Amino acid sequence: MTRIFPLATVMLALIIVWYAGAYVLNAPQAINLMDPDGPHNFWAVVQAAWNMDRPVLPTPGQIATNLAASIFGNPLFSPRNFLLQTAYTAETAVTGLAGGVVLGIFLAIGIVHSRVLDRSLMPWVITSQTIPILAIAPMVVVALGNIGLTGLVPKAAIVGYLSFFPVTVGMVKGLRSPDAMQMDLMRTYNTKKMSLFVKLRWPVAMAFLFPSLRVAASLSVTGAIVAELPTGAQVGLGARLLAGSYYGQTMMMWGALVLASLLALALIGMVRLGEFWLCQQRGGRL
Amino acid sequence: MNEQTLREPAPRNASIPNDNVIVAENLNIMFDTNDHPISALQDVNLNVQRGDFISLIGPSGCGKTTLLRAIADLTPVTSGHLRVNGMSPHTAREARAYGYVFQAPVLLPWRTVLRNVTLPLEIAGMAKSDRIACARENLALVGLKDFSMKFPWQLSGGMQQRVSIARALSFKPSLLLMDEPFGALDEITRDSLNVHLHDLWRRTGMTTIFVTHSIPEAVFLSTRIVVMSARPGRILRVIESDLPMPRSLGIRDTAAFTALAHDLREALRDGHSYD
Ligand SMILES: Nc1ncnc2c1ncn2[C@@H]1O[C@H](COP(=O)(O)OP(=O)(O)OP(=O)(O)O)[C@@H](O)[C@H]1O
Ligand SMILES: [Mg+2]
Repeated sequence: MTRIFPLATVMLALIIVWYAGAYVLNAPQAINLMDPDGPHNFWAVVQAAWNMDRPVLPTPGQIATNLAASIFGNPLFSPRNFLLQTAYTAETAVTGLAGGVVLGIFLAIGIVHSRVLDRSLMPWVITSQTIPILAIAPMVVVALGNIGLTGLVPKAAIVGYLSFFPVTVGMVKGLRSPDAMQMDLMRTYNTKKMSLFVKLRWPVAMAFLFPSLRVAASLSVTGAIVAELPTGAQVGLGARLLAGSYYGQTMMMWGALVLASLLALALIGMVRLGEFWLCQQRGGRL
Repeated sequence: MNEQTLREPAPRNASIPNDNVIVAENLNIMFDTNDHPISALQDVNLNVQRGDFISLIGPSGCGKTTLLRAIADLTPVTSGHLRVNGMSPHTAREARAYGYVFQAPVLLPWRTVLRNVTLPLEIAGMAKSDRIACARENLALVGLKDFSMKFPWQLSGGMQQRVSIARALSFKPSLLLMDEPFGALDEITRDSLNVHLHDLWRRTGMTTIFVTHSIPEAVFLSTRIVVMSARPGRILRVIESDLPMPRSLGIRDTAAFTALAHDLREALRDGHSYD
């Protein structure tokens, strides 16, 4: 309860500011569109500004109504249904995230266990993230398209490219985090590399894995949306965003935005769930 | 009963022909630090026989931990000769020749107490039911059988240290290296664990090297007490104890005990030459 109250307060303040903003931004156009013979008092202008068909800034109420209409007013498998578009984006995000996490973990294992890999790979891992994803995405799509890979694969590849990075960095740190005493202890048992990994490095690294996974999960949604843009923007929330901006459909853009952030929240929630489960296994501490 | 046979328990592992468990000759250990090398041990000569209970005592920083770590192959020897069970420390470690109790408990926080104790057995590849039985037995030995499902951070510091002792005992080592295992305990628990350790040592005959700062503890437990001096760490004196066995806490009020404790205190004072 003590956490809900401040959250609700901020939420309320945001909504008030939003409605005020919608009035300020939409009012000039709204006045132009108003019946010149009708009443022009303040309240009428507010009403008009909050109920435009193509507002500069739609109100939260409009976005919600629009989303509900799209979700409940269309069959589930109609492209006009936002849920279907969200499912496409989720598919891309989850596939790419899974690939990125596996890749990230394997890279970290390699880097921690081999000086050569540490020297040769780590700089490239860092460099990879200095190239903007917006520049890489079309190239990946074209390159993979040339060898016959279209649809999910290039998009998941782009997501993987974004999400492997926090996992690699976090796991390299985590797998190296056993302290000298713990290493000495394992040494007295004449522990081989494999056992050392399973019994010490991996369990210690869990405290680093989950924060990395949270970052990777939210990046995966960003990645999926960016990946949908150069693929011809056929399906997914990214496609809706692009279409919305072409045709000045702000409501469509906002709808996609809301669902994208809900998707990211859901993915982060799943990571949290895994973290919570492991925490329970360990008696309440990670 | 013949006192002599009691003092030297029969060797448990007859396959090792030699009775010298540890031989150190002119052992030197230096540490490279950023300004100048530190000599942690200088010309250490020590011979530990099977079944001995050796206490190492001396001022802080005199190299007790370093000596133990060298035996355990955790710190490299700079020069001199060191053999463990007739092997190099490295080979001895690979043969899992010893159990080591560190100065801090070093328990893995994500494992229950029981699974901390089974850890070395897991690594050695023992079957699950066997290692659990073995761990329960050792936890009972240190008085913690009701805490096996707790996590280390739910235990007091002293209890954690007892878990680490149970863990070191888990694969029934013939050589036990203990670095101030009871340093963090209150007097009464310490007394009771001293008695337990004494009984355990008598029963198993395991050779024990025990670091302590406590004079009564050293006198009570040891067959020989090695007194060390600080900077550079050297062996100052080796005091033989011929107190009768088995020992109980009452022995601390005897004249023989008091005399040994007095001797030890004098020797220690010589080692403390800071001025
Ligand atoms: N890894 C190391 N690097 C550099 N110097 C070290 C290292 N380990 C120990 N020393 C030095 O070696 C000397 C002996 O240290 P050691 O830990 O063996 O002392 P100790 O007798 O166990 O002391 P205490 O009773 O306080 O535990 C000290 O002067 C210490 O500074
Ligand atoms: Mg020490």
